[in-house]
Amino acid sequence: MMAMQQIETPQTGSPKNVQPLLRITGLTTEFRLEGGRRLQAVQDVDLDIGAGEILGLVGESGSGKSVFAQSILRLVQPPGQVVAGAIAFEGRSVMDMSARELSRWRGRDVGMIFQQPQSCLNPVRRIGWQVAEPLLLQEKLSRKAAWAGAVDLLRAVGIPAPEEKVLAYPHQLSGGQAQRVMIAIALALKPKLLIADEPTTALDVTIQAQILELLRESCRMLGTSLLLVTHDLGVVARLADRVAVMYAGRIVEEGPVETMLTAPAHPYTQGLIGAAPQLGQARGVRLKDIPGTIPDLSRLGAGCAFAPRCDARAGQNLESCTLSQPLPVSIRPRHRALCFAAKASSAVSPCEISP
Amino acid sequence: MLQYVARRLLLLIPVVIGILLVTFLMKALIPTDAVTAIYSGTLSEKDAAEAIATLRAKYHLDLPWYQQFYIYVRDLMSGDFGESIRLRKPVMDELGYRYVNTIILTLAALAIALVVGLTTGILAAVKRNSWLDVTATTIGLFGISMPAFFFGLLLILVFAVWLRWLPVVPRGTMALLLPAVALGLIEAAPISQVARTSMIDVLGRDYIQAARARGASEFALVVRHALPNALIVVLTLVGLQIGNLLGGAFIIEAIFGWHGIGELAVNAIEWRDFTLTQAIILISAATYLVVNLVADILYAWLDPRVELNS
Ligand SMILES: Nc1ncnc2c1ncn2[C@@H]1O[C@H](COP(=O)(O)OP(=O)(O)O)[C@@H](O)[C@H]1O
Ligand SMILES: [Mg+2]
Repeated sequence: MMAMQQIETPQTGSPKNVQPLLRITGLTTEFRLEGGRRLQAVQDVDLDIGAGEILGLVGESGSGKSVFAQSILRLVQPPGQVVAGAIAFEGRSVMDMSARELSRWRGRDVGMIFQQPQSCLNPVRRIGWQVAEPLLLQEKLSRKAAWAGAVDLLRAVGIPAPEEKVLAYPHQLSGGQAQRVMIAIALALKPKLLIADEPTTALDVTIQAQILELLRESCRMLGTSLLLVTHDLGVVARLADRVAVMYAGRIVEEGPVETMLTAPAHPYTQGLIGAAPQLGQARGVRLKDIPGTIPDLSRLGAGCAFAPRCDARAGQNLESCTLSQPLPVSIRPRHRALCFAAKASSAVSPCEISP
Repeated sequence: MLQYVARRLLLLIPVVIGILLVTFLMKALIPTDAVTAIYSGTLSEKDAAEAIATLRAKYHLDLPWYQQFYIYVRDLMSGDFGESIRLRKPVMDELGYRYVNTIILTLAALAIALVVGLTTGILAAVKRNSWLDVTATTIGLFGISMPAFFFGLLLILVFAVWLRWLPVVPRGTMALLLPAVALGLIEAAPISQVARTSMIDVLGRDYIQAARARGASEFALVVRHALPNALIVVLTLVGLQIGNLLGGAFIIEAIFGWHGIGELAVNAIEWRDFTLTQAIILISAATYLVVNLVADILYAWLDPRVELNS
């Protein structure tokens, strides 16, 4: 963590004095498993999100994206726990917030939507009740005003006949409508950051594009930053300004979307792009999945977690891969990778790579 | 909703006919008929035969069964539950106030069971694995395995005999206290268990996490979001439990000398008073039906997922 900051700071593209909206440093989230073993689902993650920015977070299923997203809002429940790291939101430390402050912060400054919109709505409460809740509890609006607000919010996210839909129950909505409702709730108080954890994965393909468009437009209008978690690189290519790739709990590569997709430095990112239908074909790469699967996060060795599946390591026979954790390498401004084999592009002088 | 209630009522018709048939046929299954039982040994043979014939005619025992059934139902319809053979007065005169007493006892017990059961169950779920949870669960296990009459006797022993806080045979509202507590606490145990389990289940659902993510406090999560869902499960149990509660009331009444229909039922059977027994069974069955109907309607009203039109 310290090493990364020393290497990173002089080379990031953004000016040093501008504080990002969200700065995460050294975040580590651990689950205590039965039998006393520990599983670190998020390991020593550093990440910034700028104001108004769309950051895509990609990685295979099981790589720790959801746990990371929930860790940011301190939503991880026992047996899970954030065991290390700092989260600064506009300079305020989220880790030091009291339960009360945390409630206020979650309602007003950040919002979150999830993968299964229908199971995220309370089955016995009317849609209007759920949409009006932030207005009622956080804004202290009157019941009548909150209810009217709910109708307006539903209209804004494109729900037809919102005056009727406020009276509906969740099981009467389609998946796409439920996700629109979730977006309406999350954006009710115009938060500065929205975290969307695979918001379209569970939806019909025909609906996915509409929901993504709605997310992008709503965030643009409100000036809200978006952390978009997905395992679909096509979604990232269309929406994101910046991309972070997660593997086995770590951010293994991070950079602006153009350079990440055209010149990925980490063998895992290269593999992901090779496996993505539209992207792979566009680059003339033959479609192929990365062989092997994500390792058991509770039984990780000392070296790079990707080493057993890594083409680059096999080709160059790098000893260090299995012995120690790679330190971040700056590939070019604002683009870094966590790999012994990654090389800095010629434009920038290479950083030291510790053996 | 009205449609749903109407449909449920229609479905009850065959059940009601069934109950009427069973209570009517009961007396055919009793080995000695009641009239014979009353006079056997008390009168000379000739007088007895005469008296029996008169009474048989009075109770229509000389008619074919289907005519008897018709008369039985017709009389019930006009609110005539017959005359008690032993007490020599209309059954309803005795049954009426005793029925009210039993309902009072059952409702008081239900209120105690709900308050105690829900509070401990919900607290145990929210403070899972705390000393409170462990204590509540342990006591609950005792409650579930203890018969109501034993617990009742235990209460009398402790509060009336040892501590002398209450007379052994109290009067007025005090008379209600011990039997209601005995019955209520016994029934609180399963309510507490189900409330705890369903609350733990609900608190782990996605919609609770989503509500937490939008800034709901832990208190709001429990009360506004989780409780309505958990209550639906508890309600189903309570609907089934009312039967237990009524059955328990019969025994508890006999122990505490509470003048309800339970106490009366014990007497009626001893007296071989079939009109009285019939009426008691009928009224208990009817109560059970109504309670279940109310539980079903409440359930449909609380859970929007119950399809009201199918
Ligand atoms: N409640 C939990 N208890 C134990 N392990 C968990 C729990 N939740 C997640 N994990 C583990 O954390 C890792 C990351 O999971 P997740 O964040 O859901 O991945 P992703 O969202 O990238 O698919 C997985 O190995 C998973 O087994
Ligand atoms: Mg996930």
